[in-house]
Amino acid sequence: MSRNLRTRAIVIVVAILLCLIALFAPWHKPKGYARSANDFFKPSNLRQNLSENIRLGLDLRGGTHLVMQVQADEVIKAITDGNRQKAEEELKKAEKDGIKFTAVKVVANGLFVVETPDTSKHTEIREKLLPFFGSDAWEVTTSASPATVTFKLTNAAANQFRREATEQAKVIIERRIDQFGVAEPTVQLHGREEDHQILVQMPGVDNPERVKELIKGEAKLEIRAVDVANPQRFNTREEAMAALGGAADKEVLPYNEKRGDGGADTGFYILEKSPVVTGVDLRDARGVQSQQGFGFEVDFSLKPIGAEKFGNWTGSNVNNYLAVVLDNEIKSVAVVRSRIEDRGQIEGNFTQQQAEDLGLVLRSGALPAKVVYLEERTVGPSLGADSIRQGVRASIFGLILVVLTMLIYYRFSGVNAVIALVLNLVILLAGMAVFSATLTLPGIAGVILTIGMAVDSNVLVFERIREELRAGKIVKSAVDTGFDKALTTIIDTHVTTIVSAAFLYAFGTGPIKGFAVTLTIGLLANLFTAVYVSRTMFIWVLNRGGRKAETLSI
Amino acid sequence: MFEILKNTNYDFLGKKWLFIGLSWLLILAGVISVVYRAFDGKDNTHPFNLGVDFAGGTLATVKFREAPDQDKLRATLAAQGIEASKISIQPVGRIGEAQTNEVLVRLPNLVQIQRQEGQSETAAVAVSDADIGKQKILAALATFNDESSKGKVDLNTIGSDGLLSELNSRAGLDSQRAGEVAQRVVDYREKSSNGLIRNLSEVKNLSGVDPQIGEALDKHFFTGYASVKSVDAVSPQVGADLRNRAIYVTIIACLGMLIYVAFRFKSWGFGIGAVIAVFHDVLVTLGIFSIMQWEINLTVIAALLTLVGYSMNDTIVIFDRVRELLRTRRRENLEKLSNDAINQTLSRTIIASGLTFLTVCALLIFGGEVLKSFSWCLFIGILIGTYSTMYIASPFMLWWEAWRAKKRATTVSAPVKAEAGTAGESANVGASGVTPQMLAAAGISTRPRKKGK
Repeated sequence: MSRNLRTRAIVIVVAILLCLIALFAPWHKPKGYARSANDFFKPSNLRQNLSENIRLGLDLRGGTHLVMQVQADEVIKAITDGNRQKAEEELKKAEKDGIKFTAVKVVANGLFVVETPDTSKHTEIREKLLPFFGSDAWEVTTSASPATVTFKLTNAAANQFRREATEQAKVIIERRIDQFGVAEPTVQLHGREEDHQILVQMPGVDNPERVKELIKGEAKLEIRAVDVANPQRFNTREEAMAALGGAADKEVLPYNEKRGDGGADTGFYILEKSPVVTGVDLRDARGVQSQQGFGFEVDFSLKPIGAEKFGNWTGSNVNNYLAVVLDNEIKSVAVVRSRIEDRGQIEGNFTQQQAEDLGLVLRSGALPAKVVYLEERTVGPSLGADSIRQGVRASIFGLILVVLTMLIYYRFSGVNAVIALVLNLVILLAGMAVFSATLTLPGIAGVILTIGMAVDSNVLVFERIREELRAGKIVKSAVDTGFDKALTTIIDTHVTTIVSAAFLYAFGTGPIKGFAVTLTIGLLANLFTAVYVSRTMFIWVLNRGGRKAETLSI
Repeated sequence: MFEILKNTNYDFLGKKWLFIGLSWLLILAGVISVVYRAFDGKDNTHPFNLGVDFAGGTLATVKFREAPDQDKLRATLAAQGIEASKISIQPVGRIGEAQTNEVLVRLPNLVQIQRQEGQSETAAVAVSDADIGKQKILAALATFNDESSKGKVDLNTIGSDGLLSELNSRAGLDSQRAGEVAQRVVDYREKSSNGLIRNLSEVKNLSGVDPQIGEALDKHFFTGYASVKSVDAVSPQVGADLRNRAIYVTIIACLGMLIYVAFRFKSWGFGIGAVIAVFHDVLVTLGIFSIMQWEINLTVIAALLTLVGYSMNDTIVIFDRVRELLRTRRRENLEKLSNDAINQTLSRTIIASGLTFLTVCALLIFGGEVLKSFSWCLFIGILIGTYSTMYIASPFMLWWEAWRAKKRATTVSAPVKAEAGTAGESANVGASGVTPQMLAAAGISTRPRKKGK
């Protein structure tokens, strides 16, 4: 018996030590850090280690939780529009081969039709166009009346495009947040695949307005040629449209350039539709102090291919004008004095923040589609600290109530239950540190619930022991029977609660997941403390002094 | 030993009709409340007070410098195009604070969604961002600041990165200095000043803020009258999705329990009895939530699922005891066995429930506003759960087994008559409701013992 007791005691002591190490050791320090005795024995260091080892959720730490949806249908629309345009161009070229058509129209997302009166040419049209679009992505059907050749994007291909767009958006958003400098952000795909949702969590950012703009930012940068025939600025859109005269390869865009005195020059220009250089050609973009001396600007440099394009164009267009267009608004117009290879700047009298943000968005690449925020949850750090305070207070109060009740009702065995309970909590916290589980406010409620449920196991055992004692059994036999009989019930009850916690984990979002995890770890720890540890203590008490005990304080 | 409830012999199941009737009454009350509120036409009561998690909308905690003029806040919000009756403003009480300067502002859903023909709410596309409500609240709060603050930056609503940028551009500080000062101001606001700085002079007295910066602060910054401490903004399609999932998960969890218990006790009667008790608990709790109009949000669903597990616990304890009694007293009437089981476990049930109940009370009193609904749910649930274990689970289990036993007695009698011992047993089965499956579950063989064993 004493050997059994010794083994048990060793197991328990080792378990306690492991827990303390998990909780209070400086795991967060980088490798190679020379550990000194101070680390383990100085209270303030211990406290710091503890707070590092237990991860706090956003609702306790303060931070922002964002769920956004990528408007993936826009991508399909863009592809459809692009393909329609290409089809039209190709068919125009093919007119000399006798293929006539009346129109190429977009009917819906992923669906466009070639209207042609000559049904005999349908197969030819199909053979001609399909290679451009990918034969496994588009289904082609022909019909005699109305005489059309229909191109439809297959569902599989459409879903593929949408999925890729969401992935791409996620990567770009990750880049933007990374450059913004958030500590430990989370960026991941969220929900079902067809939801196209992205989850972003930023601890410590409790005022997310700027980051939200950054994430959404659709900086579409283009450098375009100003119409050589009409390079002047127009005052109204009507004048510009009149001068444009319906030319298909040019368009009118608004112009808005901020001056140093806070005002702005406005107007309209006629620009070529095709850009010389776009955001894709950017190598780098930085917000820097403006050379002109007021405000900030964004300096950009181009990749080799883009640089070549730019160089060629500027080389053959000296004394013509170019316009820097951002999100379809002209930011500045400049005259080309000489061939420019690979640099340029966007002037807009930006503030430092605006310039830096714009540079960041340009650097990270353009989002493939618009992003809409579906969910925003922000908690300020003062509220988070409040919540922790309240949670801890409630825990302590609950703990005191439970401890008092156990001591009063079960007398000395109540001490047994209390020790088991304290150990349960220690193992619970250590478990959370080891599994990097996040402690949330519902999680603290889970700890409080664990306190109540943990003593439930003890109560089961103690009540059984009392019954056996009442029936006249001797003390040792009563204790053994009590534990044996209660074990199956304890396991049953723990399994059912853990199963419902598992469902909660699958269903819930962050804080709820935290609750499920805390409850589960607490109950698993309870299986150890209420059965093994508690029994060990009984064995010790019953065999103290070398003789078997006659009575039991219970 | 200090004991209460020892050797009790209450006839629980004898009065079962009384209590089942009571349960029906409670459920009926809940149903009436739901139906009544669905059709009473009042805007501020709903069948269930769904939180923003499920209904969409905005919920913000706003802290004011002093007790706020709620009417003014409501008016400025309504002026931005929100239906005044749907704006909810509730003061937040805190233990130990006589007067509270915090309010919870709840706005209805303002997001426009595009729904195509026949599309469900969850698949609709949002046209605008979920934070519309938050922007409107911020705009309304700005009206509380006086004229002198126009054009200046509010120290109470800005984040540390925004403050850095403003100090940089307006006060001309270099990035590093601006960063230090910004961090210090925000730390002071959040850690020492509880989220709201009252006066610019407090900031100017901080270490590291020299008179030069102080001047710049006077010129370009002010301390706002209110700040938003937390926000939950949810789009309607997210809300609809969560609603569906909550219902789905609760039902699946109950079914999972049913299968587990039926498996453990090798008898559907136990499983169904347990699950009906759990369903009863959930229905009564939801009914009370409807009557009291407590908010149902994600944490309440967590509480409900915990309740499901907890109610199962109680029921399993009693059924375990029944199973144990079957081993030694199988010829007795099942109803008497169940009654005895309940009595024997009564002490444990009351004390364990009582202890968990105590911890929930601790949560209710000290747990704060966020956990209020959660705590109420557990509070009611534990009371109802304990009651349902005794008066709902056992009677159902008894009925089921009696019904099964009746079926068995009529169909099985022919081949069983061949053996003397078993004939008596099957007769017993009919009378006591103890079926061979239950005995098997208890580990007792139903085949007659050989002589001399």
